[in-house]
Amino acid sequence: MAEITLAQVSKRFGPVQAVTDLSLTIANGEFVVLLGPTGAGKTTSLRLVAGLETPDDGRVFIGGVDVTGLPPAARDVTFVFQQYSLYPHLSVFDNLAFPLRSPTRRTPEDEIRRAVGEVARLLRIEDKLQNRATQLSGGQMQRVAIGRALVRRPAVYLMDEPLSSLDAKLRSELRIELKHIQQDLGATMLYVTHDQTEAMTLATRIGVINRGRLVQIGTPRSIYEDPADIYVATRLGSPGINLLPRALFPTLEAPAAAATIGVRTEHLAIAKGQNGAVTGKVDWIERLGDQNHLHIDVNRQQIVSLVDPDEGLGVGDEVAVSLHKPLFFAADGQRVR
Amino acid sequence: MSGALSTAHSVVAPSGRVKLLAGAIVVLYALVALVPLLWIGLTSIKTPPDSISYPPKVVPFVHFEPSIEGYCNLFNTRSRQTADYLASLPPANSACEEITRSRSMVVVGPSNYVPRFLNSLIIAFGSTLLSVGLGTCAAYAFSRFKVPMKDDLLFFILSTRMMPPIAVAIPIFLMYRELGLSDTRLGMILLYTSVNVSLAVWLLKGFIDEIPREYEEAAMIDGYTRLQAFRKVVLPQATTGIVATAIFCLIFAWNEYAFAVLLTSGTAQTAPPFIPIIIGEGGQDWPAVAAGTTLFLIPILIFTVLLRKHLLRGITFGAVRK
Repeated sequence: MAEITLAQVSKRFGPVQAVTDLSLTIANGEFVVLLGPTGAGKTTSLRLVAGLETPDDGRVFIGGVDVTGLPPAARDVTFVFQQYSLYPHLSVFDNLAFPLRSPTRRTPEDEIRRAVGEVARLLRIEDKLQNRATQLSGGQMQRVAIGRALVRRPAVYLMDEPLSSLDAKLRSELRIELKHIQQDLGATMLYVTHDQTEAMTLATRIGVINRGRLVQIGTPRSIYEDPADIYVATRLGSPGINLLPRALFPTLEAPAAAATIGVRTEHLAIAKGQNGAVTGKVDWIERLGDQNHLHIDVNRQQIVSLVDPDEGLGVGDEVAVSLHKPLFFAADGQRVR
Repeated sequence: MSGALSTAHSVVAPSGRVKLLAGAIVVLYALVALVPLLWIGLTSIKTPPDSISYPPKVVPFVHFEPSIEGYCNLFNTRSRQTADYLASLPPANSACEEITRSRSMVVVGPSNYVPRFLNSLIIAFGSTLLSVGLGTCAAYAFSRFKVPMKDDLLFFILSTRMMPPIAVAIPIFLMYRELGLSDTRLGMILLYTSVNVSLAVWLLKGFIDEIPREYEEAAMIDGYTRLQAFRKVVLPQATTGIVATAIFCLIFAWNEYAFAVLLTSGTAQTAPPFIPIIIGEGGQDWPAVAAGTTLFLIPILIFTVLLRKHLLRGITFGAVRK
């Protein structure tokens, strides 16, 4: 296990600046999730750590050693690819044994059998070991891909959306599994996803990436409650944060620079009547079973709020809207306090 | 058969009638394609008079008695002798000797067919190995690395096939004479390789492009160098493509006639220019020519049959993505 440090790393592919001036330290045993939309530079960051790309600028350190110029094999990392990348000409067993049979870490055959058996048990694929890798279902392939990373004890684990191609049920199961494994091993993990639930549940710290830049890094809670700008605020939360013009709440106390008010759905108090900060009209109700999403029209601005299904509100009702913990953003999107 | 209510009807699987039609077309084509081969095979077991008789003798044992004379004449050289001399000889010690004497000749030694056949084997397999080896390396490089002027280079490689190779026969002839490559096996191997390598690069690049890079990246992270990853991960997955390419290269090199006539005359002569020369010995020896041709077909037949599973998958590769 080791610490990872990226120091002012940049990478460009032709006209596309994939990663810009990225500095990030992942402590030993930490689980850091990079969150961002497609094309934000998450995968490139991961590949820079793995050595599959070399940075145009900056250095990469693993365990205090400058590995910027080292090939992937010399970096002692594992990488779980989004598309599984199981070797199709090999059996599941041979796929799992592949890293242990590499010239850089020749392992005795009985030791390989033991290690592969252990990982297969952990991921519940013992009965598939003799199958060809191509005969597995998507979920099984994904588990083999994760198993190939777990079969050895590298300095760091790198995972590129390892759960994205699984169905929802398997995804949530493996998510919990992965977190357990990471904690049991005390592994240093850098994990890339665009799924905010994965980021929130797995991460020790979340790094939010947008257009190749690390916008904010912090604990899931601080990222959620204390976003640095509008972009970070909109990345987390479902339904997303309400962004409303300052002018909509004339009576609200706010910093002078505030142009936009951000309110999370659960930070809106809705009550029948007209005695809140502003008054709106219920436009539409989404019933999810355990909760309702209320779409409220306030001066032609849509606000989405969570309410208890027993609230008894109906479409067309007049409601009073009050804000708890509003977040203020300047015209350029930066947070103002 | 299920009745009119059946819903077990696939829109993609061909119906019975279509299959029957397809089968009939295949059989018809096979007949047309196989008739010359059959005729060559039959001719090889006829005697010279039977081979040129009119109307043609078609069915063995009915129209003509099969004979190994063609094969005898193929493997041996003979010389005509006087009746007195033949009478003075001890009894013939082989079937071929006997047949030869019945034509007033004696066997004087082995013909050049075996060495020519060996030349063909060495040159065809040698150039195939070289074409596919070079082709695989080049195709991998073109597929994976940033090669400067990649598209121009690929086009240049392809452009060597834009005219029939024989169009450059005279420059090659002069060049080979200068370099001392005329009538050498090495010269023929290099020549066939240079013709085949462009085909090999293009075919194999297609196959290697289909193998996702992630496999090599995974292998490199798993502790292998790029070269080891190439050997352990890329090559096994490219087998199908390599085999298909090898068969195409082999067929070209094996059957090539024009350059072989032009550039080889003795030590490096391959079978294709040799076989028709048999005609010249004591009249048109069609059975010997047919025998030489029949035997010449065998290696490529074995090679193709052994690898046909790969060949079929190779040709349809890329059409169906897994």
